[in-house]
Amino acid sequence: MARNVKSDLPQGTLDLLILKIVALGPVHGYAIAQRLQQASRDVVQVPQGSLYPALHRLENRGLLAADWKASDTGRDAKFYRLTSKGRSALEEEAADWRRLSDAVAAVLRLSEAGAK
Amino acid sequence: MNWWARVWRGAKLEQQLDHELRFHLDAHEADLIARGVAPAEARRQAQLALGLSERVKEQCRDARGTRWVDDLLVDVRYAFRTFRRLPGFATIAVLVLALGIGATTVMFTVVNSVLLRPLAYPEPERLVTLLGSISTVGEVWGASYPDFVDIQRQSRTVTMAAWRYAGGTISAPGDPEYVDARQVSAGLFTVLGLPLAHGRVFSPEEDRPGAAPVAIISYRLWQQRFGGGSIAGQRLAFDGISYGVVGVAPAGFSLDGDADVITPLGQTTEPRMRNRFARFLRVTARLAPGVALGEVQSELALIARRLAEQFPASNAGRSVVARPLQREIVGDVGSALWLLLGAVSLVLLIACVNVASLMLARAISRDRELATRVALGASRARVVRQCLTESAILGLAGGVVGVLLAIASVQPFVAFWPGVLPRAGEIHLDWRVLLAAFGVSLVSGLVFGLAPALRVPMDGVEGVLRGARTVARNSRRLHSAFVVTELALALVLLVSAGMLVRTLLSLQSLDAGLNIRNVLTTRFAVSPGVLGSPEQIQAAWQDILDRARHVPGVQFAALTDIVPMRGGVNTLPYSITPAVPPPSVAPVALASSATSDYLKVMGIPLVAGRFIDDHDRLGGEPVVVIDENLALHAFGRRDVVDQQLWVPAIGPAPNRIIGVVGHVRHWGLAQDDGSRVRDQMYYPLAQVPRSLLRTWASFMSMVMRTSVSPNDVVAPLRRDLRGIANDQVMYGVRTMEQLASESLARQRFLAQLFAIFGAVALLLACVGLYGVLAYLTGQRAREFGVRMALGATAGDVMRLVLSQSAALIVIGVSIGIGGAWVAARLLVRSVEGMRAAEPLTVAGMTGVLVATALLASAIPARRAGRADAVRALRQE
Repeated sequence: MARNVKSDLPQGTLDLLILKIVALGPVHGYAIAQRLQQASRDVVQVPQGSLYPALHRLENRGLLAADWKASDTGRDAKFYRLTSKGRSALEEEAADWRRLSDAVAAVLRLSEAGAK
Repeated sequence: MNWWARVWRGAKLEQQLDHELRFHLDAHEADLIARGVAPAEARRQAQLALGLSERVKEQCRDARGTRWVDDLLVDVRYAFRTFRRLPGFATIAVLVLALGIGATTVMFTVVNSVLLRPLAYPEPERLVTLLGSISTVGEVWGASYPDFVDIQRQSRTVTMAAWRYAGGTISAPGDPEYVDARQVSAGLFTVLGLPLAHGRVFSPEEDRPGAAPVAIISYRLWQQRFGGGSIAGQRLAFDGISYGVVGVAPAGFSLDGDADVITPLGQTTEPRMRNRFARFLRVTARLAPGVALGEVQSELALIARRLAEQFPASNAGRSVVARPLQREIVGDVGSALWLLLGAVSLVLLIACVNVASLMLARAISRDRELATRVALGASRARVVRQCLTESAILGLAGGVVGVLLAIASVQPFVAFWPGVLPRAGEIHLDWRVLLAAFGVSLVSGLVFGLAPALRVPMDGVEGVLRGARTVARNSRRLHSAFVVTELALALVLLVSAGMLVRTLLSLQSLDAGLNIRNVLTTRFAVSPGVLGSPEQIQAAWQDILDRARHVPGVQFAALTDIVPMRGGVNTLPYSITPAVPPPSVAPVALASSATSDYLKVMGIPLVAGRFIDDHDRLGGEPVVVIDENLALHAFGRRDVVDQQLWVPAIGPAPNRIIGVVGHVRHWGLAQDDGSRVRDQMYYPLAQVPRSLLRTWASFMSMVMRTSVSPNDVVAPLRRDLRGIANDQVMYGVRTMEQLASESLARQRFLAQLFAIFGAVALLLACVGLYGVLAYLTGQRAREFGVRMALGATAGDVMRLVLSQSAALIVIGVSIGIGGAWVAARLLVRSVEGMRAAEPLTVAGMTGVLVATALLASAIPARRAGRADAVRALRQE
C-alpha cells in the first residue's frame, strides 16, 4: 500500500458500486469485496462487514437475485446477479453520480481558475 | 423473496447467512495463505477484516425487515412460559376479562343486530313508514284507507302499501287453529322488495271489493298444512271464507311480528274502509329511485294540505311525514339496549382495572427481572413491548373465552328478554361483533398492560438490583388510582341497580285501579261459520258468556274489546258540546265496549250512577260510562251523571253519561302516568252497530272473576267453549295478575340485570381493593415491624392500614356519587316510570359498598397487625 490515506465511502455509493460490479456477471460476496478493493486501487475503504448487510438489503429490495452455485474452489457459494429492476436502478444511480461528480469537478475547476 | 416468505423461511435464511459468511472467511484466509501469511495469522486477519461476524449477521437480519416478528415470537413464547409458572394469576386474569368481554359481546351482538344492522330488505335505507303529524300532539301512527288511496295516487316520490293486523281461525286443511294474519294492499311485497318463496303477489284487481278471495300463506303454514308441495289450486278455509292460495311468503317473513295468512286489504267491505276518521292502517313506503327524503317530506306535506282543504272535518291540522322504517320497527327498545350495553361496558372497565392492578402488583415483583434485562442492554422500548405482549396475550385469551361465552349465551339472553324483542330472529354474531370483540380485547389488554409497562425501571437500575428500592411512590399512587376507579364504577352500578329495584317496588305497590286478583282474561274467536251474519255473531257471544258462567269456579263473566294492560287500544275523540272540535284539537279517550258484568269482574269502583246493564241495547238511548279522569278533565267535577257526551266515531247522537267509575291503569303500572291518553269511557257492546260486529269479532275478549285460582278454570273453559262445530278457539289466556306483572317486565328485567352487574362490580372492586391492600401492606411489613418494635400496638398498625383504605374508599365514593348522578339522569330519561334517585337509595348503596370494602380491607389490616417485630428487624 503506497499511501495510508483512505477515504470513507460517501453515503449511498456502496450500493452503486455493488450494483456495478454485480452487473459484470454473477459473483459471490468475497469476490465483490476483492474487486471493490482492486478497482478502487485501495483508495476507498470498504469495511467488509457492511458489504453483506448492503447485499441483503439490495436482495430484499429486488435489485439483486441470488443462487447457490459451485465456486472455483468447488464449494457452494451464494452468487448474486442483477435483476432487470437492479439494472435500471444502476443506470439511474450511475447517471446521478456522474452528474454530481461532474458538477463538483466543475466547481473545483472554477475556484482554481479564479485564484490565478 | 417477499416479506412473508422471509418470515416463514427464517430458519433457512439463518443457515444460508451462516454459510455465506463462512465461505467469505475461508476464501479470504486461503488468499492470505497463498500470499504467504501464516495460517493462524491469516485466520485472524480475515476475521478482523470482516468484523464481528455476529454483528454482521444482526445487520443482515435487520435488512430482512422481519425483525419485529421474531421478537414478537420470542416475547410470546416468553409470556407463555411466565404464565405457566403462575397458572393461578393467568387463570383469574383470563376469567375476569372473559366475563367482562363476554357480557359486552352479548350486549353488542343484540345492539348490533337490532339497532345497527340494516333491515333485511334490499336498499333498506330507502324504506320509510308514513305517520300522521298533528301540531299539538306530535306524530301518531295510523292512516285511513281513503287517505291512503289519495296519497298513493298523488305521490310521485314514493311507492307505498298499507297493511293492518288481523287474525282468524284456519279450519281447513287440518285442525282448527287461531293464527295471526295481515291484510295488505297489493303492492306490499314489491315495496319491501321481497320475492315470494313460491307463487305470486296480489294483483291490483284482487285488491278490490268483490274480487275472488286469495291469500298468501307463511312458509310455516305451507310446510305444516300443505306439506311444502305445489300450491296450484290449493284452498285455505280461513274465518269461514275459502281462499285460493296464490303465494308462499319467504321463510322468516315478519311484518312487525309473524303472520301466517296474508289477504288483500282492498277486499274488506267494512264501512270503516270508507271512513276518513278511522285511522287503523299502517303505511310502508319506498323512496322512488333518485329521490331524497327531503323531497318526499315536502311532497307529503303538500298532499296532506290538499286533503285538509278537501276534508276539513277529518283532516284539518293534520300532516303526513315519512320516518325511517328501521326506527319504527325497533321502537322504544333502543334505550334499554343502550343502557345495558353501557352497564356491561362499566363491568368490563372494572374487570380491566382489576386485571391491571393484578398486573401492576406482579410487575413490581418483577422489577429485578426487568432491571436485569435493562442492565444487559435491552432498550426501554423493547422491555415495554415485552410487557405489552404479555398483557395483549391475556387480553386476547380473555377475548377468545369471552366470545365463546357470548356465543353460548346470546340466545338464552334473547329468550329471557321480556315481551317481544324486535328483530329477535336476526340476532347473531357477525364479523362486526367479532371485530369489535377483538378490538375490545386488544384495547383492554393495552389499557391494563400500559401502566405496568411504562413503569419499567430505567434509571437507578443498579438500585433495584441491589434491592434498595421497594415500592416506588408512583406505583403506589397508580394502585390507589385503580382502586378508586373500581370503587367509583361499582358505586355507579350499585346506585343504578338500587334505583331500578326501588322503582320496581314502588310501581308494584301502585293501585292498578282494579282488583287484579282472581281475574282470567282470554281472547277467543267465534266459529267461522257464524261470521257472515251479525245476529249469529251476537248469538254466539251470548252463548259463550252463558257457557263460561256455568263453568264451576267462574263467578262473573263479561265481554270486552279491550283488556287493561294488554296490547290493543281504541282511542276516540269526544266533546261535551254538539259541535265537535276538529280532530287535531279534540280531547281523546280510551273507549272500551263491554257487557254488563264488566265492572264486577274487574272490581273497578263505581263513583256515581250505574254501570251498563242489559237494558242498554241498540235502538235505545245511547249511553256511556266515563272514568273520573274524563269527568274531571271535561267537566271539572266527578258527579256528571245525566250529562251528555258527543263521540262522533260511535254515532252522531249524544251519549248520556249514566255512571262514573274509577280510573284504571290501562297502559300498565309504570306507563300509565306518562301516557298521552288518560281519559277512559265504556259503552255497551250491545250498542255497537251491526255492520261493525264482524270487525269486533276479530278482537273480542272475555274476562272472568273466579272464586278459585283463575288457572284452574282454563281447561274446563277451553273444552266448553269449543262450540257445536268444535271450531271456537280460546287463545292468549292471561290472568290479570300476569298482565300487571308483564306491564313491569322491562323494569323488572333491567332491575335484575343491573342487580347482577352491581353485584359483580362490587365483588371485583372488593377483590381489587383486597389485592392492592394485601400487596401494599406486604411491602410495608418491615416498616410495621419497626413501628411495633418502637412501641406501636397491633391496633395502631391496623388503624394505619384501615385509614389508608378508608381514604381510598372516601375518594372512590365521592367520584362514584358524581358518576351515579349522571347515570341516574340517564335512567330516568330512558326507563318508563323511573323514579329519580332518592337520597335513601344512594345512601343505602354507598353503605353497602363501604361496608363490603372495609370488610375486604380488614383481612390485610389484621395481617399487618400480626407483623413480627423481631423477624422484621432481623431482615433489616
